[in-house]
Amino acid sequence: MNDMTFPKLARQDLKIVGTRPLRPDGVDKVTGRAKFGADIHVPNMLIGKVLRSPHAHARIKSIDVSRAQALRGVKAVITAADLCDLPSEFIPAGEMMVNFKDMTRNVLAREKALYEGHAVAAVAAVSEAVAAQALTLIDVQYDVLPHVMDVVEAMQDGAPLLHDDMFTIGVEPRPAKASNIAKRVEFGFGDLAAGFARADVIVEREFTTKPVHQGYIEPHACLASVSEDGQAELWCTTQGQFIVRAFCAKLLGMDVSRLRVTASEIGGGFGGKTVVYLEPLALALSRIACRPVKMTMSRTDVFRASGPTSGAKIWVKVGATRDGRITAADALLKYQAGAFQGSPVQPGAMCAFAPYDLENVRIVGFDVVVNRPKVAAYRAPGGPIAEFAVESVIDEVALGIGMDPIEFRLKNAAREGTRAPYGPKLGPIGLVQTLEAARAHAHYRAPLKANQGRGVASGFWFNIGGETCAAMNLGEDGSVAIVIGTPDIGGSRASLSMMAAEELGIPLQQVSAINGDTSSLGFNFLTGGSRVTYSSGMAVVEAARDVIRQLRERAAKIWEVTVEEVEWVEGHARLSAKGKTLSLAELARTAGKTGGPISGNAALNVTGAGPSLATHLVDVEVDPETGKVTILRYTAIQDAGKAVHPSYVEGQMQGGAVQGIGWALNEEYIYDDKGRMENAGFLDYRIPVCSDVPMIDTVIVEVPNPRHPYGVRGVGETPIVPPMAAIANALSHATGVRFTELPMSPPRVLAAIDAHRGA
Amino acid sequence: MARLILSGPLQKLVGGHAELQIDARDVKQLLRMLSERYPALAPHLQSDAYAIAIDGEIFQDIWFAPIGPDSEVHLIPAIRGG
Repeated sequence: MNDMTFPKLARQDLKIVGTRPLRPDGVDKVTGRAKFGADIHVPNMLIGKVLRSPHAHARIKSIDVSRAQALRGVKAVITAADLCDLPSEFIPAGEMMVNFKDMTRNVLAREKALYEGHAVAAVAAVSEAVAAQALTLIDVQYDVLPHVMDVVEAMQDGAPLLHDDMFTIGVEPRPAKASNIAKRVEFGFGDLAAGFARADVIVEREFTTKPVHQGYIEPHACLASVSEDGQAELWCTTQGQFIVRAFCAKLLGMDVSRLRVTASEIGGGFGGKTVVYLEPLALALSRIACRPVKMTMSRTDVFRASGPTSGAKIWVKVGATRDGRITAADALLKYQAGAFQGSPVQPGAMCAFAPYDLENVRIVGFDVVVNRPKVAAYRAPGGPIAEFAVESVIDEVALGIGMDPIEFRLKNAAREGTRAPYGPKLGPIGLVQTLEAARAHAHYRAPLKANQGRGVASGFWFNIGGETCAAMNLGEDGSVAIVIGTPDIGGSRASLSMMAAEELGIPLQQVSAINGDTSSLGFNFLTGGSRVTYSSGMAVVEAARDVIRQLRERAAKIWEVTVEEVEWVEGHARLSAKGKTLSLAELARTAGKTGGPISGNAALNVTGAGPSLATHLVDVEVDPETGKVTILRYTAIQDAGKAVHPSYVEGQMQGGAVQGIGWALNEEYIYDDKGRMENAGFLDYRIPVCSDVPMIDTVIVEVPNPRHPYGVRGVGETPIVPPMAAIANALSHATGVRFTELPMSPPRVLAAIDAHRGA
Repeated sequence: MARLILSGPLQKLVGGHAELQIDARDVKQLLRMLSERYPALAPHLQSDAYAIAIDGEIFQDIWFAPIGPDSEVHLIPAIRGG
């Protein structure tokens, strides 16, 4: 925040923060009242549909939409020509760095189709059937080009080139020849050669991960309505209505003030709903038709055309002395970006060795384009991939020197004051506490049987702050309405209401929170980076303190004393000298007479989000006949700073662990030799279901973040960082085989066991 | 004076220095000073792709975060998250 006014851990006498009230959105969700992206219907509404490329890489020679336009019931047809073409430059949109040249080409292909499923044209018609028929009448002439799907192949000289104007950033001098390598990054310090020379044990391995989808249950959906005078409204499922407004306004050449965006309830996002796909198309179609246009993706479209996270090739080398000190650590990360630059290799490189206190460290990363859907953020973007490799090697080093893996991590754990591999020194963090909690947990001492193994892994994620606004309005009956601008994905309406009630000193039942549209608040960055309970919480606390200041002023006027004489104690203004009190409800009831309605506001650019670290324990059992891996027991331990609503924090930890189990064991995109996805559905792209996983046990560690009034850290992303390595380590201990490729699916596990037996 | 510490790729844009002494009261002054002194660095600073870490705390897009006379400052990639 700008003025850094919050005292360190101002509140210790907590009555509401830290309790487990019922969730405010629960009834609407279990009764079907909650309105998700596809639940909005308005009169005179058209249905929009998208024509997608059947080719992984093809030059678009021509698009003839005349037959589609002539079909009865078709009201609008668009191609890339209906969106603004924009120059290649990275510019902030809100707080996101985006290249609008790429964005406009991703939502509708322009010169080339760069992946199977790439949107090429869209129609709006009076019914879904007419829209579908219209798509069949659009004639696209393609010149099919060779494609490349693998990150290593894409980096080779002579690989099919996706963009002839891509010259690697981060290499000096700038390469003279275009390539698929968008960017090179490097972090680190110290003397690697000297560090490895001091090591008694060195482990060096290469790892492969596959792209995996966020797997949100609710597909992308929106409804756009543009009137004849250019005023526009958009309802959509998104992690950030303000970001959607910024992106769409730019792509359509509109002023942001003419576009009002409302975020629906959201059925999962995990980073995948921080971008736009259908929204600018629906607006463009509605602008032509002057009628509302609704668009929804099928599950197949979600897989083929919305962003997964990167697949990657990672090389890691770690050296350590026999007494358990890491002497050097080196990593090379090659991340697929999909069809346009922007893989999370940079945060992956920054996270890779962040749990450790290192003298000599280097991480080099490459961002590489391939003929796949452009990646989108996915929960701790880049971190899980890098730490799968690093934490696997850490486990193997511990094994190599005969040291318990938790003990080895404790000897090298980052603490307050440790210099992170990306440069700055870390503030207070809780890795040591998570490791100690893991070591003390009954799970860690439980006996194992044949074909069973136990794995440990730790994980790091930064967490962020960012631009945030909140408003707090007092009703005439003393109830309190909070307006926030960050969609509630992980329970923020509960946690923000709890912090508001705690500040005001009133029962939680008097407070309710809604997610406002883009016209109701100043700019808010999106729900992402595990920032909402931290940043919107900071804004809500400041808005509450603004309200309390006004309430004290009103009481001072009523009592004809100075405001300094009036305290705010447990929901009441109190004049101790005369033994007088006025409740919040009494002051709200007379607000009109004492100066008008009472409304508190906060507008901040929040900083000080402390990193969250976690340690996970997992037991697996391997069926040596089939290669099937069963998760027997799983314990996730994480530093939450302060758990405002512990049940939601535990839910985040459990959800992250389960997504990680899917990533580790089953999830992958399967393509044919023409670059066409063969498993674009949940029957064949297998995410875990309840019967696949045990109850995920949780332990919340609380090392307060001194920059938040309640000590909060973000918790949503960190829990997906450790699972892949923890499971790989467990599987390695169960089988004696080191697993370096995800997913560790039954055929892959069986092949590895068979090869080990043969050897 | 405060110290600005630069990672590998950025060092090449400031004549190979790993560390610079800086006389800036806040982030805005720092960015202006760096852009004037090292034109090759300027486009990277203007792109907002970088955040400034001052004494371990990361500031993204905040011009007026104060830099103390003994501060340790790092230029690091901005973090967004999912």
